[in-house]
Amino acid sequence: MIDVLVIGGGNAALCAALMAREAGASVLLLEAAPREWRGGNSMHTRNLRCMHDAPQDVLVDAYPEEEFWQDLLKVTGGATDEKLARLVIRESSTCRPWMRRHGVRFQPSLSGALHTARTNAFFMGGGKALINAYYRSAEALGVRIRYNAPVQRLELNDRRFVAAYVGEERIEARSCVLAAGGFESNREWLHDAWGQNAAGEWPADNFLIRGTRFNTGALLRFMMDAGADMVGDPTQAHMVAIDARAPLYDGGICTRIDCVSLGVVVNRDAQRFYDEGEDFWPKRYAIWGRLVAQQPGQVAYSIIDAKAVGRFMPPVFPGTKANSLPELARALGLDEARFMQTMRAYNDACRPGSFNHTVLDDCMTVGLAPSKTHWARPIDTPPFFGYVLRPGVTFTYLGLKVDETAAVRFGGEPCPNLFVAGEMMAGNVLGKGYTAGVGMSIGTAFGRIAGSQAARAALEEREYEAA
Amino acid sequence: MKQLEALTIEASALARGEATVIPVYPLGASEAEVGRILQICNACRYCEGYCAVFPAMTRRLEFGKADIHYLANLCHNCGACLHACQYAPPHEFAVNVPRSMAKVRLNTYSDYAWPSSLGALYKRNGLVVALALVLGFTLFMAIATAATGTLWGHRTFYEIFPHNLLVALFSPVFIFAALALGMGVSRFWRQQEPGPPSAEALGEAAHDALTLKYLDGGNGEGCNNEDDAFTHSRRRFHHLTFYGFFLCFAATSVATLYHYAMGWHAPYDLVSLPKLLGISGGISLMAGTGGLFYLNLRRHPLQRDPEQKPMDRGFISLLFFTAATGLMLVLARGSAVLPLVLCAHLGCVMALFATMPYGKFAHGIFRCAALLKWSIERRQPNRLQLGDD
Repeated sequence: MIDVLVIGGGNAALCAALMAREAGASVLLLEAAPREWRGGNSMHTRNLRCMHDAPQDVLVDAYPEEEFWQDLLKVTGGATDEKLARLVIRESSTCRPWMRRHGVRFQPSLSGALHTARTNAFFMGGGKALINAYYRSAEALGVRIRYNAPVQRLELNDRRFVAAYVGEERIEARSCVLAAGGFESNREWLHDAWGQNAAGEWPADNFLIRGTRFNTGALLRFMMDAGADMVGDPTQAHMVAIDARAPLYDGGICTRIDCVSLGVVVNRDAQRFYDEGEDFWPKRYAIWGRLVAQQPGQVAYSIIDAKAVGRFMPPVFPGTKANSLPELARALGLDEARFMQTMRAYNDACRPGSFNHTVLDDCMTVGLAPSKTHWARPIDTPPFFGYVLRPGVTFTYLGLKVDETAAVRFGGEPCPNLFVAGEMMAGNVLGKGYTAGVGMSIGTAFGRIAGSQAARAALEEREYEAA
Repeated sequence: MKQLEALTIEASALARGEATVIPVYPLGASEAEVGRILQICNACRYCEGYCAVFPAMTRRLEFGKADIHYLANLCHNCGACLHACQYAPPHEFAVNVPRSMAKVRLNTYSDYAWPSSLGALYKRNGLVVALALVLGFTLFMAIATAATGTLWGHRTFYEIFPHNLLVALFSPVFIFAALALGMGVSRFWRQQEPGPPSAEALGEAAHDALTLKYLDGGNGEGCNNEDDAFTHSRRRFHHLTFYGFFLCFAATSVATLYHYAMGWHAPYDLVSLPKLLGISGGISLMAGTGGLFYLNLRRHPLQRDPEQKPMDRGFISLLFFTAATGLMLVLARGSAVLPLVLCAHLGCVMALFATMPYGKFAHGIFRCAALLKWSIERRQPNRLQLGDD
């Protein structure tokens, strides 16, 4: 019998498999996807948010525990668990030498992402390179890996894990780590979770999935139905406003539209609905998916003029271009009169200031609702560009409740040999909101904890069997 | 897209009173594919640390013909970005930087070739052409030798081919090859001149070319060949090939010097400088090309342009046979097979020179030019002011 069964094939699963194998357990890893799609959402990631008290290789200055904690507290609005959050934060300061040992390499912050040079360690080549390195290391250490092996259900005996089912095949193990991701690519579940809005629309039907197509949440659903303790709200997720032309799945990083703070955003009715210049874009991009989801038709239009060109990360698809604002309205299919009314009101409300995109500058609107509080300049210089936005779901936050041992719980009691890591439990730390790289910090910390715990449980069981 | 940028540059140049007209060239299919891919890469940038291609890309928003050829020749086909790519096939974006760049390089060599009418030779210059040329030249020389003496028997080198005849045969071919390559690369350079190189930029480009810096995967662990694991083998075999070639070249140069300046005529002793250089160069060249051929056979199918396989293998084989026949010449000295071996060796060398400007050899010249462009360009301020993402 296998000691540790790891269900999932992304960062958290691999961290668990590697830790368990290093602890001396035999490990089998079941990845639902075929080899070329392996790694779940991890292949779309690019960095790890890291606490550090002094400069470290690719990280500048310091990012102390308290500051990391305050950042997390702010973005989650308190929907977090301080004990688990601090555990993740401390783990993030010590895990990188271990990651390097398994072949992960780091690079300095990417151009266009310099704001993260202090807080985030970037993976050389991005998340897929990290995943490749972990798989190579796992294979070299003797972890058995099976692709195309989705697990639909488990066999539990009281709170004990007994076996997992891949189709009708029953796989027994002494302990198990669940790290099979959220349910972001289960469009029916999203449909039900978001329900119907006041206008009678089903908002989730218009969402695009930025993340992997393999996170259907089958195990999450199974555990929920089995009565495991849950945490989080099924509508909470990492949601970004992305280009409406993005593919339905796996659009990843390049589908983002990064010019929101340089212009205005209107909805289908050609009305503005939120302060585009509330804060630096890296601190705001993760709320715009939800904002767009709340608009009629779940669609919005980011409008800029020639002054913004070259000031933001180039989008993957070219924008709709026009030589006048009325022409742009027509090209985007917006009501021309209402659009011009919105644009005139905005342009007239812009107070002259000294534009500086690198600080919270004094270019703001006066007497406009909603106001634009920074980087507000009249949109008056042709050519004009428009980008159509849709909500893009990266990963969902609904998860299994855990304590610091990563054990799955039933009625407040921890399971002796069933652990969980990654998106399936990230909601414990991240109830809502997001801050760059924290998903990988949680996955790495709890993946490593779950792997160690599962190995310990399996080896104790093995001793017990031998006795 | 490119038209817009070119028009903007042109307009501002006119405003400054400079009558620069930036021509806009239509893109061919393989160039358009690189343009499409770079638009995706530029919105992602995860691979920035691997090599110079991506940092050079981030200095641009749009990719015209000159940008595409520059970046394609900066690409060393290390494969790191393919294996790390979240958008690589089977993703519908089907991003494959190494393959698309390789396809464009073939166009660089043919489009910028001099004389233009011979540019199409690149696409046909495969293993078969190389071997046919070797056989053709060998046969020609063998017939000539047989006509003036015997093809079998104990003769010395210059009894078979008088020195002046060899010079008369080889120097025009060599001079033409050098001229054609020089003209081609200067056309490439002029299409988007980065400005004059500083000594620092020159030194850096030379260092990056001589050490194959961009086959190190950005973290000193080498490049990819058959899968996502990194290996130094390609870099090492390439070094053996490159430096082996130059040792052989040095052997010939020293011998030329001996002949004309010192009046010391071949054959030289086994421990003489030309022989030592030639023998070590030949062994290195054989080992290097043998290794590269083996790696080429095992290369990941996505990490290459299938159309270039014949050209790659033709060139590697030609170098291998040139080295092998050269070494056989040393062994055959004083034996009856010498005339035959000599014909074969000269046939190889002649074929190598003849195909040099229209074959894989050109990659080294264009790669060096692209590296120098990058070394110059990266010292210039970036005209984009991209905000943080």
